[in-house]
Amino acid sequence: MPCTGKVDVIHIMRSFEKGADGVAVVGCLEGECHFNAGNLMARRRVEQAQKILDTVGVGGQRAQMYNLSSSEGPRFAQYATEMTEKIKELGPNPIRVAKNKAA
Amino acid sequence: MTTKTPSKLEKILRDGHLAVTSECGPPRGSNIDHIVKKGELIKDHVDAINITDNQTSMTRLCSLAACIRLKLMGLEPVLQMVTRDRNRIALQSDILGAASFDINNILCLSGDHQSFGDCSQGQNVHDIDSIQLIQAVRHMRDEGKFLGGDELEGKPEMFVGAAANPFADPFEIRVPRLAKKIAAGVEFIQTQCIYNLDKFEEWMKGVRERGLHEKCFILAGLTPMKSVGMAKYMQKRVPGMDVPEEVIKRLQGVEKGKQADEGIKMCIESIQRLKECEGVAGFHVMAIEWEEKVPEIVEAAGLYPRPNGN
Amino acid sequence: MIVADKKPIEEIIECLKDHKNILVLGCNECVTVCEAGGKKEVGVLASALRMNARKEGKEVKIDELTLERQCDREYLDEIRDSIDQYDAVVSLACGVGVQFTAEQYHDKPIYPGVNTTFLGATEERGVWTERCQACGQCILATTGGICPVARCAKRLFNGPCGGSTTGKCEINAEVDCAWQLIVDRLKALERLDDYEKLCPLKDWSTDRAGGPRKVVREDVKQ
Ligand code: SF4
Repeated sequence: MPCTGKVDVIHIMRSFEKGADGVAVVGCLEGECHFNAGNLMARRRVEQAQKILDTVGVGGQRAQMYNLSSSEGPRFAQYATEMTEKIKELGPNPIRVAKNKAA
Repeated sequence: MTTKTPSKLEKILRDGHLAVTSECGPPRGSNIDHIVKKGELIKDHVDAINITDNQTSMTRLCSLAACIRLKLMGLEPVLQMVTRDRNRIALQSDILGAASFDINNILCLSGDHQSFGDCSQGQNVHDIDSIQLIQAVRHMRDEGKFLGGDELEGKPEMFVGAAANPFADPFEIRVPRLAKKIAAGVEFIQTQCIYNLDKFEEWMKGVRERGLHEKCFILAGLTPMKSVGMAKYMQKRVPGMDVPEEVIKRLQGVEKGKQADEGIKMCIESIQRLKECEGVAGFHVMAIEWEEKVPEIVEAAGLYPRPNGN
Repeated sequence: MIVADKKPIEEIIECLKDHKNILVLGCNECVTVCEAGGKKEVGVLASALRMNARKEGKEVKIDELTLERQCDREYLDEIRDSIDQYDAVVSLACGVGVQFTAEQYHDKPIYPGVNTTFLGATEERGVWTERCQACGQCILATTGGICPVARCAKRLFNGPCGGSTTGKCEINAEVDCAWQLIVDRLKALERLDDYEKLCPLKDWSTDRAGGPRKVVREDVKQ
């Protein structure tokens, strides 16, 4: 994807439907979007997805938005660890669990 | 001067006296005692008493019933009627009902929006607006006909009034708006509470320039402030109310226990100043839930005793 | 256009709780423009419903489809062959579409997936405001092109109430006073004198007051 502005709620939803345990959307720093406001829109969409995920019992916390600049390798690693920790805490995606049970 | 209706208020105004009116809100329940009490309290000091119609959209006992009660006590009621809650069938029907009890004054209003009151989820009607209500009453009275064209058996003999708010926006059409009400047939006006006297006088100047003060009677509206809190509330919270800083400062300048007295004093001073304003035909003293102060204000302002109106 | 807003997903889930084969049906017209019931929203709702069913351990089939319009028989016919697979439809069209779909498929429950709100315009992406109430007797010619029926909280015909303050309506400081707008516009048109023309009582028989309305146009009828 050229920009997180391209991420739509439906992309996040589909990932969880297919069994993802978490989705991290990582965009440029706020105020530094090449397309002006792509990353801000992405944040709002992640928030919207979080609400829906909470409603259907998947848990909104599984979707997260992060921002960093392209030179920040270590920070990326830090976010990735953070996210992994969070997901470990939350456990597996209940949709996948239910799917496996049904199968 | 000849009158068009048996209204005592009309008679007093046409005779060239400065009229004094006041108003009471009906109770929030069926116990009508307090309207009777309020009426007794002020009856010798005012020429007519407005009964509000579910003001600020808080549901109350109906204006019509309270007016009938005053009438039966021998007092002169002004039936306030808002177009918010009734369509043209109900409006005409209530006008006839009021007329059947010899209620001879009506004040035509659109009413506050229902979102301010206790039924904010309710519908509003607004079939016609206040100016069209003025036209409707005049049509019934002068043509002796229903809006639908049928003949009335007995015309409602009502002296027709409306409100005017010189302080609301857009200011440039506030004089034209009065002209419009006059064109619709209004005969007397009671204004919004006046605290900004300069602005009111500016409006009156515009009114005089067009000779509108000769086409209807303008009663200046006044409400005494009880406290700094009330003044601030009116300034910030009540749409279309103009309370200048000086009013608040002056009330703040006296100790708490004396603020009410100061408010009364300011009200009396305002009346005295506006008595000199050409085109002011009287005063509408709205002492909200403070009716017992009306006699004191009227006397101190030199408006007592009242003419008998016969 | 007709502006609609999304219904809370919980409410839709509740309506559908006893159904096993569900079609989420979008509309490509107004509700697509106001981002409440187009293809995208159909996808998100269907995905949410599927996940919800899964999590509850229910076997539910949820399909997605978006028609060109739901207020036209021609397009509704497109689901004639497939409708039997479903025991319920959630229509993300406006109230017109929901009802028209229900009329075509008489024995199918059709649930509304949006709240139809008003006839309005897009102020900016994500913000829509009301402009018209379809009263059936347009008076815009006399009010400077601004409608007091739709935009004045008391639908006053002869000027602003006493609550108009610095351009805003007494009900809410976020709402423009329609009469301030009318006066400003009459001024811009150099027609402020028109303000004093009395507006007669309105004939509401062409409005909702007159009962369900119908337009018959012999000139275009077939
Ligand atoms: S403030 Fe303006 S828009 Fe609001 S009710 Fe009054 S006239 Fe209508």
